[in-house]
Amino acid sequence: MTHDPRLRWALYCLLAVLLIALPFAVDAVLGRAWVRIIDVALLFIMLGLGLNIVVGYAGLLDLGYIAFFAVGAYCYALLASPQFDIHWSFLTLLPLGALVAAVFGVLLGAPTLRLRGDYLAIVTLGFGEIIRIFLNNLNRPVNITNGPQGITLIDPLGLGGVALNQTYTVAGITFAPVHSYYFVFLACAAAAIFISLRLEDSRIGRAWIAIREDELAASAMGINTRNLKLLAFAMGATFGGVAGGLFASFQGFISPESFTLLDSIMVLCMVVLGGMGNVGGVVLGALLLTALPEALRYAAPLQKNWLGEVYVDPSDLRMLLFGLALVLMMLFRPAGLWPSTTRRRELAGGEKAHAGR
Amino acid sequence: MDIFLQQIINGLVLGSIYALVALGYTMVYGILGLINFAHGDICMIGALTALTVAQALAAMGVPAPLALMLAALAAILVCMMLGATIERAAYRPLRQAPRLAPLITAIGVSILLQYSAALVWGKQYLSMPEIVKPTEIAISGAHLTDLQAFIFLLACAVMAGLLWFIKASRMGRAMRATEQNREVAGLMGVDVDRVIAFTFVLGSAIGAIAGLMVVLYYGIGHYFMGFMLGLKAFTAAVLGGIGNVGGAVLGGLLLGVIESLAAGYIGDLTGGALGSNYRDIFAFLVLIGVLVLRPSGLMGQSTGDRA
Repeated sequence: MTHDPRLRWALYCLLAVLLIALPFAVDAVLGRAWVRIIDVALLFIMLGLGLNIVVGYAGLLDLGYIAFFAVGAYCYALLASPQFDIHWSFLTLLPLGALVAAVFGVLLGAPTLRLRGDYLAIVTLGFGEIIRIFLNNLNRPVNITNGPQGITLIDPLGLGGVALNQTYTVAGITFAPVHSYYFVFLACAAAAIFISLRLEDSRIGRAWIAIREDELAASAMGINTRNLKLLAFAMGATFGGVAGGLFASFQGFISPESFTLLDSIMVLCMVVLGGMGNVGGVVLGALLLTALPEALRYAAPLQKNWLGEVYVDPSDLRMLLFGLALVLMMLFRPAGLWPSTTRRRELAGGEKAHAGR
Repeated sequence: MDIFLQQIINGLVLGSIYALVALGYTMVYGILGLINFAHGDICMIGALTALTVAQALAAMGVPAPLALMLAALAAILVCMMLGATIERAAYRPLRQAPRLAPLITAIGVSILLQYSAALVWGKQYLSMPEIVKPTEIAISGAHLTDLQAFIFLLACAVMAGLLWFIKASRMGRAMRATEQNREVAGLMGVDVDRVIAFTFVLGSAIGAIAGLMVVLYYGIGHYFMGFMLGLKAFTAAVLGGIGNVGGAVLGGLLLGVIESLAAGYIGDLTGGALGSNYRDIFAFLVLIGVLVLRPSGLMGQSTGDRA
């Protein structure tokens, strides 16, 4: 990055123009399906950044992160759909979803954060499953979540008479729903990036990183490790809750199927692959891993051409690659594709620091 | 009364399988301080291998006991090789790395095993040929099949053998020494790398037996079956005190009984509002409960760092 402020502003403006033009360019060149993929990628950037606070900054391995996404999504879906015939505005529901997710984060964190990291991993994994089992079964005796069928006809984002699931034409430019949602998601993702960057440099962020590097030393320095770890959990959950609400309104339909362990693992992959603790790395990881399954869709015809039969289902191939990526990244490039500077130093010095034990 | 007794019997049989899997977790954790997430999936590979071999042999008309023995042998061999390979390729290079790294690797290995299995065996449920036809024995109103009795006794025999092995053999002594202090054990002439590799191989072999028991008991196998099995066995290990071999046995049996009783009675207790489809959450509730109330488990010593 350059240090000349004028040049930097010019670069930011250029980036903004590019991002605004992006959906229309993609629509024209690759088709509308790819605009949708970009929308999803923006959601995953938000999720990745939320998990990055927990895993990357505070060094707590959370394997049930998708549960917060689910909580946010169901919170929105239940209060803005014909399910109970409640139709609240997203202006209330997104903050509410964030709050409820944060409460869940604290509820999960409070009993477990006293424990060492690997227990936390298993408990969060279990928590993610519990949430999914409940969502799947809370259709009786009182029908709350509609069980495995999920909730349909969820209200789109909208203010006044303008709802984002309609196509509008403003000044000769056609805004399909995917375009409108793109701008909403872009704004939210930009906010998430901004908050993450500011958090990293803040007193809280530095405390998190201190806890990650050495919890004992951090608490000796007067850091209240338990409260700060809880805060990391709640903050990460907040990102997930907002993203969940946006997801529910974007899809118009949600079911427990969308919130499995594999989705948690996928978000974790994004953070690990891109670079734990580095905002740019997480964004890169989210973009790469959202695009990968789409690219793998071409794998089926390729196999057919070369081998005469489809041996590996593309979605299985994706999971195989995820697993392999997690192992290989940890073995050969533990700091990620785009590592943060502290993390790189820590991992490079790891051998020396631990050899004495 | 008979329902109660029946649930206890089912629980003990199920619990003995959990205990076998829990042994694999607890031995590795005791020595490396690593939760081997892939252990449940190693059991799954063992289960599916045994299932395939049994299917093939049953089709050839091999008598049941021989088919079962060969299936078990094949499963144990495959799992031992798998355990050794995983330890060598994925965990050994990371032994000095920060905590998070081997944990993430373990998750990666677990996913790799699951989807490799999906590739080999497909994603449908596979059914075990009924080579042993269970006959029922009635005990004061409850039923016990000879298959259940066989599983329970075999599990007890394996566990007793393992406890004896760790206590009495030279390798067992080396394992205990490595667990207490890896560096000092190395200074005393213990080949630490070999002991750790052996621990993985031993745990995987026991896991293979557990996997065979699962397919014998339920009659079906599936590429994703290792996930729940692993989670519950881990809970059992934590319940007994992770790192403690005797604790894993106790925790496994206890968890099996708790789960059976809870799943059996939840419908009555809540007036039918909650059914046995909530069965799988009891293990997690037990896990969270133990971690809050007594993180060192029933038989673990409370060392500040471990909890």
